Amino acid sequence: MRTAIHLTFGALALAGLTACGSGAAPAPASSSGPAAPGKIAVAANDTECKVAASEVAAGTTTFAITNGGSKVTEFYVYAPGDRVMAEVENIVPGLTRELIAELPAGAYETACKPGMVGKGIRNPLKVTGEHKKLTADAKLAEAVASYKRYVKSQTDTLLVKTQEFVDAVKAGKIEEAKALYPVSRTYWERIEPVAEIFGDLDPAIDGREADLAEGDEWTGFHKIEKDLWIHKDVSKSGPMADKLIADVKTIVDKANAAELTPLHLANGAKELLDEVATGKITGEEDIWSHTDLWDFAANLQGSKAAVQSLRPVLEERAPDLVKTLDEKFAAAEAALEVHRKGDGWQLHNELSKAELKSLSDAINALGEPISKIAPVVAK
Amino acid sequence: MSKATEPERPAGGAEPKATEPEAGEGRRMSRRGLFGLGAAGAAVVGAGAVAARSLLDEPPVAHASSASDPYPFYGQHQAGIVTPAQDRLHFVAFDVTTEKRAELVDLLQEWSAAAARLTQGKEAGSYGAVGGAPEAAPDDTGEALGLPASGLTLTIGFGPSLFDDRFGLAAKRPAALADLPKFPGEQLIPEISGGDICVQACAHDPQVAVHAIRNLARIGFGRVSVRWSQLGFGRTSSTSRAQTTPRNLMGFKDGTNNLKLEDADLLREQLWANAQDGSAWMAGGTYMVTRKIRMMIETWDRTSLLEQEQIIGRDKGEGAPLGKKREFDTLDFTAKTSDGQPVIAADAHVRLAHPSFHGNAHLLRRGYNFVDGSDGLGRLDAGLFFIAYQRDPRKQFVSVQMSLAKTDPLNEYIKHVSSGLFAVPPGVRDAGDYWGRTLFD
Repeated sequence: MRTAIHLTFGALALAGLTACGSGAAPAPASSSGPAAPGKIAVAANDTECKVAASEVAAGTTTFAITNGGSKVTEFYVYAPGDRVMAEVENIVPGLTRELIAELPAGAYETACKPGMVGKGIRNPLKVTGEHKKLTADAKLAEAVASYKRYVKSQTDTLLVKTQEFVDAVKAGKIEEAKALYPVSRTYWERIEPVAEIFGDLDPAIDGREADLAEGDEWTGFHKIEKDLWIHKDVSKSGPMADKLIADVKTIVDKANAAELTPLHLANGAKELLDEVATGKITGEEDIWSHTDLWDFAANLQGSKAAVQSLRPVLEERAPDLVKTLDEKFAAAEAALEVHRKGDGWQLHNELSKAELKSLSDAINALGEPISKIAPVVAK
Repeated sequence: MSKATEPERPAGGAEPKATEPEAGEGRRMSRRGLFGLGAAGAAVVGAGAVAARSLLDEPPVAHASSASDPYPFYGQHQAGIVTPAQDRLHFVAFDVTTEKRAELVDLLQEWSAAAARLTQGKEAGSYGAVGGAPEAAPDDTGEALGLPASGLTLTIGFGPSLFDDRFGLAAKRPAALADLPKFPGEQLIPEISGGDICVQACAHDPQVAVHAIRNLARIGFGRVSVRWSQLGFGRTSSTSRAQTTPRNLMGFKDGTNNLKLEDADLLREQLWANAQDGSAWMAGGTYMVTRKIRMMIETWDRTSLLEQEQIIGRDKGEGAPLGKKREFDTLDFTAKTSDGQPVIAADAHVRLAHPSFHGNAHLLRRGYNFVDGSDGLGRLDAGLFFIAYQRDPRKQFVSVQMSLAKTDPLNEYIKHVSSGLFAVPPGVRDAGDYWGRTLFD
């Protein structure tokens, strides 16, 4: 059964939020005052998001989210501007998943997202207590930590979705595998700059046939893509599927252990847009499935997540740049949004040249200000 | 790759004016190491700060003393019109993508500052290709490092599509900027026609022309989008008597009878718009028509010399009118052969295009050859990127082209595939002024 996943930008909107989200959200079932030490229960279903506390002490907080609904859900902790402090995705009905969040004092919002779409059901979360004012270095360190939390959340789901994809391939369920292909790649494409740190693994997972040199072995997503769409036969794809999930597991471990720097974030944000400009707009990434817009959306989201992590630093050092980035991200998202179709996107070969040009213009417009982040961070 | 030797400056010709008065770095300025803003890169202040210094009395520049020197950017008229045609072209047309008038004005100011720098052989931005922070993308793309100004001129124009309701310019659209009619036989490709704004970059070095357009396009991302662009080589017109007449890809001298910068009275009458023409903001400006004309050169090359010369109306070697000896001999349309036929055929290209048949309408042509590789059918994708400046396209280009399109036997060998029409505003007076200020004030 295919899980419907909408890749919404609302989840990552940079635009500043008003203090409280959805007025329709039920009042949190919680006492006032800081919660007792231990886990904070979150009872989620298709229409509600009951967080057992609305105020916690600065430091480490663990949430235990139980999905009592019928739709797959996600749980987020947002700082102002919808900066993701922590998130856990893919909480299937009946499951309880834990989320550990490091939160300095401040005003936050929690959100459950039944169906994994939209802004979610929001509740305010106040964090009180001592926390030292961050030095510039500490702010940068926090930016990196914030981005690493994002990478963690993405890699968790990447493993789950790639496993589902691999299982479908091995079971010979071609239609199911085709549906899962762009979905599993979404989590990959969001964090690809981190993956690229690890040399040979990236091409092993994501190499295209066109990239091969004489005598190279071809493995990964795109080889299976060709089996699914061109050969229409996955009876011999099992070993390739096994290798894919093994490689993904290896890279996930490495990615979460990677020492990242603020410059990695800044350059990663730029590289993701470069990926869009050179591979996705041209349709060269997914030449058989034509699912390039899934990758496009994921690259854009990943780029935004990296920029968001740096936002507190950028707001202090280059407020005008933040304003420009907000504008240009919104414009790029709007240009892409036009092509949403059902749970996903239009296929690349359904877009006219004029439509592709408008996407290209939006990415160029965003790419220039994004290239100005690195020197600001490096100051 | 110059086809012509450096011409002698005619006796009594205007003294070349090679450098900006304020740009004290002297001639042969290299782009390296000029990190100071200088006058050209000074922050452009808003409208109303235009200095009173009049440039109306500046003599026209006959030609720079060498192909590496700069031409002044500031002046009553934009450079790149009567400037002796340089050998290379990179022409670009943009669509404006921003919906905010203020952003468009900001862009024109940024562009003007960059153009003032680039034309003087400096880098596009104040840090340059290698002078900024190592973590930053350089504010100049770098491929012109170490190259001289190379006679670079940058000329801006505004297309009819800019004069809609997006920026409140509808009422400012000049009458002379009327959409061109459909000409018989044209096969225009919309994707490479039109545009809200154009910039013509001409230089003696193609790398310098491309560098300029590339940096302007980059500055424009998010506000404008490149609609189409065209490279050209081998100027196909002379715009000064100091220049020899070049040849187009048909092998014929092109532009013998062109308007020249020395023709002061004709330029006033035929080239420059003035306030009495109906659009005060265009005073000192002019109108540009571009046509990309694909030549079927393979069939042309199989055509006899006799037929080629009869189609054009001039001899191929010298460029003299048929029946005459020298290139600049007067065209005589009444001359008859011994058997009573006109020496210059009734439908010869030079006759159909001659001012005497169009109410004395002249054009200042400034076209370039192009070869865009090959067309996949074993033929060169080649021809003429025609550019013409005039005071009123309705009376000038349209009149000439209509008669050519209807009866020119040359049509068997050419095809118009793109078209552009632009109002070219007056020159930028100084660092406090900007491209198109009179339109947006």
